[in-house]
Amino acid sequence: MSGLRYVYAVCRPLEAPLQVQLTGVAGAPAKPLHHHGLVAVVSEVPERDFAEEPLRAHLEDLDWLAATARAHQGVVDALTVVTTPLPLRLATVFRDDSGVRSMIEAREDHFRATLDRLEGRVEWGVKVYMEPERSEQPAPAAQPVPKAASGREYLRQRRQQTRASEDMWQKAETFATRLHGKLAAFAEDSRLHTPQNPALSGVEGRNVLNASYLVTRRASEKFVELVDRAKDDVPGLRVELTGPWAAYSFTGETPEEPGEPVGQDVPGEPEKPGEPGAREEPGKKA
Amino acid sequence: MTTPSRLPDSYGPSSGANLADILERVLDKGIVIAGDIRINLLDIELLTIKLRLVVASVDKAKEMGIDWWESDPALSSRARRDELARENAELRERLARLEELELERERPEQRRLDQDRARKEAP
Repeated sequence: MSGLRYVYAVCRPLEAPLQVQLTGVAGAPAKPLHHHGLVAVVSEVPERDFAEEPLRAHLEDLDWLAATARAHQGVVDALTVVTTPLPLRLATVFRDDSGVRSMIEAREDHFRATLDRLEGRVEWGVKVYMEPERSEQPAPAAQPVPKAASGREYLRQRRQQTRASEDMWQKAETFATRLHGKLAAFAEDSRLHTPQNPALSGVEGRNVLNASYLVTRRASEKFVELVDRAKDDVPGLRVELTGPWAAYSFTGETPEEPGEPVGQDVPGEPEKPGEPGAREEPGKKA
Repeated sequence: MTTPSRLPDSYGPSSGANLADILERVLDKGIVIAGDIRINLLDIELLTIKLRLVVASVDKAKEMGIDWWESDPALSSRARRDELARENAELRERLARLEELELERERPEQRRLDQDRARKEAP
């Protein structure tokens, strides 16, 4: 076998067997590799695609990247159904099984500690979008804009539009802050992520909150209800739920990385993009 | 995601996820282990820098010198505040300048008035 070993995740020995046909990134089946009471889920990948050079080139190819990311996520997803996996970052590749074993040996304490911490927990993603400007300004076609009779009229219209979108921002921030506060209080942990770029996500509207919440499986149903209930609160805003994910966002050792504020400190520093904590806007009164 | 009473697990794993959701997790979250094949995902220029911007975490992006959203009013509340603060400062400055001008204009006038008064009181 000249293939390399691609590792998806580390977990405890599975009670239920893996899905028979769990296809990995290069089409080969993903299998458990047992070592020291832990399991690495691996699949064989061809050297021609996953050695350093070709891999680097492939990663620049969005289609390849997308397909690989989905396959990686597919395996992690399947594991999430039966156990609590620690997902590894994309493209963690070893020469052979013994490389994977030494990796487990080198980190087993850490793996165990993290597995204990995350046992029985999943990650839910919640995003809030501002719907793209809609009925705010009546469709120009339907209602021929009163052609701003004067410069003053024009300015008034402009001001109204600006104010409407300012108001919408304000509303979105307030809503997102409140929602995040509520969800973070319910969840065991939370992370705020960079808002997504609509060009890549292909999702309509502006992403104003992009957060992950760590929730036990048992509490998940309630969490989902909590999100569901928030959905129709404010017109013009859309709440989107994804999950359950493996606890990707919570594998870090410290629950509180400096760059990623957790829920409790929202009122503190509103410094993160999309961080909805901003309360007041100094200078506005001027 | 409209029926409230299904079990969360029947959502199907990570249903509703778009590519950005997946990429931001598999590229930017999860455990980092240097394998035998050493690829630093942060070194990859990636097809579109945009993609990187989306998936990079705040800290990492800053490390890479990428912080466009901080100055993009559309994305950062801080940027919006900064912008307002800047505008505010600018306006204050202009106001101060105007006041100064006004004062200067008043001063000769005041002097004249004072002189007038002095003259009237003098006799």
